[in-house]
Amino acid sequence: MKGWKELEIGALTKAGSADEYNTGSWRAFRPVWIEENCIQCLFCWIYCPDSAITVKDGKRGEFDYMHCKGCGICAMECPGKKGKKAIVMEEEGK
Amino acid sequence: MGKVLAVTGNQAIAEAMRQINPDVCAAYPITPSTEVMQRFAAFVADGKVDTELVTVESEHSAMSACIGASAAGGRVMTATSSQGLALMWEMLHIASGMRMPIVMTLVNRALSAPINIHGDHSDGMGARDCGWVQLWSENGQEAYDNLIQAIRIAEHEDVRLPAMVNMDGFIISHSIESMEFLPDDVVKDFIGEYKPKNPLLDIENPVTMGPLVLPDYFMEFKRQQHEAMLHVKDVVLEVAKEFEKVSGRSYGLFEAYRLDDAELAIVVLNSAAGTCKDVIDEYRDRGIKVGLLKPRLFRPFPYEEVAEALSGVKVIGVLDRAESFGGFGPMYMEIASAMMTNGSKPIMINKIYGLGGRDFMPEHAAMVIDELKEIAETGKVKLYKDYLGVRE
Repeated sequence: MKGWKELEIGALTKAGSADEYNTGSWRAFRPVWIEENCIQCLFCWIYCPDSAITVKDGKRGEFDYMHCKGCGICAMECPGKKGKKAIVMEEEGK
Repeated sequence: MGKVLAVTGNQAIAEAMRQINPDVCAAYPITPSTEVMQRFAAFVADGKVDTELVTVESEHSAMSACIGASAAGGRVMTATSSQGLALMWEMLHIASGMRMPIVMTLVNRALSAPINIHGDHSDGMGARDCGWVQLWSENGQEAYDNLIQAIRIAEHEDVRLPAMVNMDGFIISHSIESMEFLPDDVVKDFIGEYKPKNPLLDIENPVTMGPLVLPDYFMEFKRQQHEAMLHVKDVVLEVAKEFEKVSGRSYGLFEAYRLDDAELAIVVLNSAAGTCKDVIDEYRDRGIKVGLLKPRLFRPFPYEEVAEALSGVKVIGVLDRAESFGGFGPMYMEIASAMMTNGSKPIMINKIYGLGGRDFMPEHAAMVIDELKEIAETGKVKLYKDYLGVRE
């Protein structure tokens, strides 16, 4: 580990370093995406407080599990299709 | 030679700020520093400066905006007093921890309660441990000179710390004295162009500021702040030397007045020092060897130098315009610590004076000197800490 003489003053770090930091390990419940029930409304992407929904070409893809903390907001907001949710929460480790 | 004008202390500060022409100034008015920002706002409105003046809803926001502007890469200034500084509290630590060289004038005023708008040092002394460099000023001239020098000190590569310049509320801020202003171009050349370090607005080189730092690295960053403080003394003296060349006025870490052969000494900050010097002259005329030490740099405190200057003194009276309830006054604690560095053991008494703007009169200085004289003769101290000028 670096000593005080080697560190940039004022705790300055490179931009976007949080991207490399695994905070997904805090999760107790993981959201699971059921693509067949997804209408691509992107509510999950809007509501996610941690930018853990990956979107490409206007369509959502898999969760970013390195940063998802399992808050469950996406699952709650998901309107699903014909009464079937496209996001469900499952206990980690099961 | 610059212009000699009769101005208030606040006017002197506002004029220094006009000449410094900071990029950003965020402030919220509070007595007795209001006139600083009132006059500076007029300079902004009249196009005399290029400053972006941010009128915020509180001092907490003022310091927050200052930190943001400083992080963006600007030269940033503000001014406040008393409760305003208290409301800035958490941001003061963030400014120093993030190493933002913000320069602030603190027009010293008592802290509530009871509410009081007059001058004492409880605000500045309370901010002692916030990691800011502190300069203290006896009068408007010193406050003006200190503010210009503070820019250079705060921004110095070896320092990069915020700095506050203290002057007494009302006694100095609202009193008119004649003082000398430097020409605008001299100030401009003296402070030079600000070179920000890793500014946020440098979008080619993005950085993260103010990250979470856990026990594995926190102490290393505090050690860096300590290191920066260790460099301040040399920088203050170097900047003072240069300032003397352009102004003819000389500054040190403190002022020693008739102290060389003194057996008795008063230590006091700011405006009360002027009163004490007059009284010391009267006692000197009567053959009493008394002198004065007026600290200028309070944070970091120049322990070794102060101890050296006071080493021949037998009895010291330390005057504090701030209380540390249940403890000695803040200046007394520093002087006591200083005397430990060179092993000389003078007798020291502490007088709390001038709280909430209570007048400090020549007779008060005389009372202190008489008591110091009596202690020197008898070797006996009645009370180590007592109040001066209070009714029973």
